[in-house]
Amino acid sequence: MNEVITRQEVVAARGIKVTFGAVKALDGADLVIHAGECVGLVGHNGAGKSTIVNAINGGLTPHAGEISYGGVRAQHGISTARANGVRCVFQELSLCPNLTVNENARIMHAELAGWNWRSRAGALVKLQLQEIFPGHGIDCDSTIDDLSIAERQMVEIAVSFAGLNQKPKLVILDEPTSSLDAGLAAQLMAYIRRFVGEGGSVLLISHILGEILSTSDRIVVMKDGRVVADRSASEFSKRSLVEAMGNVAREKEWQRAGDKRNGAPVLAMPARRGQGLAFEAHRGEMIGLAGLGGHGQTETLLDLYLSRNSNWWPARRKEIAFVAGDRSLNGIFPLWSILKNLSIASLGDFSARTIVDRDREGALGNGWKKRIEIRTPDMENRILSLSGGNQQKVLFARALATSARIVLMDDPMRGVDVGTKQEVYDILRLEAAGGRTFIWYSTEMDEIRLCDRVYVFREGAIVAELAGDEITEKNVLEASFSGGEAA
Amino acid sequence: MNGTRLLFSKPWIWSFAATITVWIVTVLFTGGASSLGLSQAALTFAAFSVIVGLGQMFVITLGPGNIDLSVPATMTLSGTLALKLMDVQDGMIVVGLLVSILLGFGIGIGNYVLIKLLRIPPIIATLSMSFIIQSTAIWTNRGLRIKPPEILASFTTSNLFGVPNIAIVALILSVIAWVLLEKTVYGRWISAIGQSTFAARMTGIPVDGTRLVTYILCAVLASICGYLLASFSGGAALNMGSEYLLMSIAVVVIGGTAVAGGNSNIPGIWGASLFMFLVVSMLNTYGFGAGFRLILTGLIIIAVILLAGGRQSSR
Repeated sequence: MNEVITRQEVVAARGIKVTFGAVKALDGADLVIHAGECVGLVGHNGAGKSTIVNAINGGLTPHAGEISYGGVRAQHGISTARANGVRCVFQELSLCPNLTVNENARIMHAELAGWNWRSRAGALVKLQLQEIFPGHGIDCDSTIDDLSIAERQMVEIAVSFAGLNQKPKLVILDEPTSSLDAGLAAQLMAYIRRFVGEGGSVLLISHILGEILSTSDRIVVMKDGRVVADRSASEFSKRSLVEAMGNVAREKEWQRAGDKRNGAPVLAMPARRGQGLAFEAHRGEMIGLAGLGGHGQTETLLDLYLSRNSNWWPARRKEIAFVAGDRSLNGIFPLWSILKNLSIASLGDFSARTIVDRDREGALGNGWKKRIEIRTPDMENRILSLSGGNQQKVLFARALATSARIVLMDDPMRGVDVGTKQEVYDILRLEAAGGRTFIWYSTEMDEIRLCDRVYVFREGAIVAELAGDEITEKNVLEASFSGGEAA
Repeated sequence: MNGTRLLFSKPWIWSFAATITVWIVTVLFTGGASSLGLSQAALTFAAFSVIVGLGQMFVITLGPGNIDLSVPATMTLSGTLALKLMDVQDGMIVVGLLVSILLGFGIGIGNYVLIKLLRIPPIIATLSMSFIIQSTAIWTNRGLRIKPPEILASFTTSNLFGVPNIAIVALILSVIAWVLLEKTVYGRWISAIGQSTFAARMTGIPVDGTRLVTYILCAVLASICGYLLASFSGGAALNMGSEYLLMSIAVVVIGGTAVAGGNSNIPGIWGASLFMFLVVSMLNTYGFGAGFRLILTGLIIIAVILLAGGRQSSR
């Protein structure tokens, strides 16, 4: 411990309190980050992780407590934080979608001024991308709109780590791997270690405990707006971390029912663009879409959904529902209350297509609030008052509340904490036993292993089908890397 | 959470406060003599703005880029066609109204066909549609001025218990629109589309169908307004709709409907419509010339929209 104290402080936040209305987001939290260390920050959804990050990067003024940069108490604000070398990669991607990669780099780095800034920005990003994600294949002249969500995340990470005149002192990574596949995540973790080795510091927030344990020097656990544990990483194990966060691990094996492939498929699609295998789903099946991120899984889900859903006439009975992964893109209605966001997909079921029955809507909302534990005092609060993970729960409830027999899920567990995940898995299992079919794109191996059958994607086509005990990390990885000849 | 609700209800309180202020200023200037006449005139003329404003509001609620610029031309064509068809016969009043509504239906479909099939933005599609409609109106009208049927003319110009009949019609339409917007599944759908079209599509909302219905609704309301306005002013004129282009948009925006879509406000349209009429009559009573009056009206609209925009972003 002595050795840590003698190190130079980069950022210190002490006794921070932040309240949003009646909600205490931070209740006297302390967080000190020294030069040359990687601090892991874990906790439930709504434990206050994102809030303390926003206090450190200057986006939010705390109601009590003090923040100092490099040991000096300074004026609070985003520009102060940036001047002190603090950079932040946000959970909600914050690039400008209509600009190119180069132009986005210029926004983050004001020193890229004068003649020829475009090519200098390009060189900067290209170099940094190459350093963090060797072999990335991103064209720096393309607009952000044209990149997949994983590529956007990679660009944002690279832009934040890049430095023209001086390297950043502290980079805050809020769920950086949630949209990256295992290979890219490993590259990033290796880079973090190199960066820390050169004297930089990193604050790493993640729900994937494995990478927190392997990458961090020190782990800080938050719960209900306070820091409840702050110890060196070697003193923690997965189990003790989960316990410190305050929920009991329930890692029981998912009992696979026998093969459910009997009778006609409820959903089928020929091979995409005439390549690879055809897609088929049966009643009560849980089907995983695996493979590296951005290889056509989301597009397949969208195709499946849009082909079964008229754009002109309201459907008499909803047969298919969708759970968004990219909440702000195709999930949330930001002006609405939590309740309206939850009920929008099932209005037709209880309203006979004319007047909305407010009583039944309220009952539906309260039922799901209890069942899936949406943390809010009032379902009439605006959806944006919820933390990211709780917003995601609302989207789950939206799809499960419908009468749809098929539910498509587009990597929906992004940014959801371990405890919630287990709760949702239980609900999914129950629903599948009741005859619902789930089609589940996930970038997490743990979730793919929960499925009855898995299609592995590569370059936009299905290259392998695994069922039952064939579903192992090894088989999935093998198919996603070596199945390339077929595509 | 009370604060949020108060903020949400604020926009229309603002427009009514402005209306009352202008009303008091005008009445004070004339020494209180004109208060009843002024109120009745305000209600009558505001009613026309309200009817077209309602339709425009539904379209604007659909989100950025959605607007119907064919409103004035639709009003003109509907007015001329209906009067020509009714040909001063009292028995044809209902037929004339039905033909007006049917015409609005056709124009709404035409607008959306242009938007969807030719993939042109609504602002261009409805503007080019309005050229077609206006030319049709010129072609059918040929400078003729036909009087409205007697019963219809007296209905549109008389009062019930001191309230102009036109205002009552507008009020009934507003109540229907309010129910449609706040209580029905359709209302939820247009609000959802206005906030995020992609998300709306992925929750199973028939986006194209809903937008089509909304454009039809707007054109039908414009047609009804044209029918009533032509009957009220004793005959159709080719420029009768022109001032309603700006008016239909201004009352929606001043009334507190979010320009970015997803959030709309019906009481605000009434406040804004009354305000717009009263501003003009106030400037009239102060004796300003026509040119100066128009300049001032423009400035006031800009000022109010600026204020309204500030309120929106601060939420």
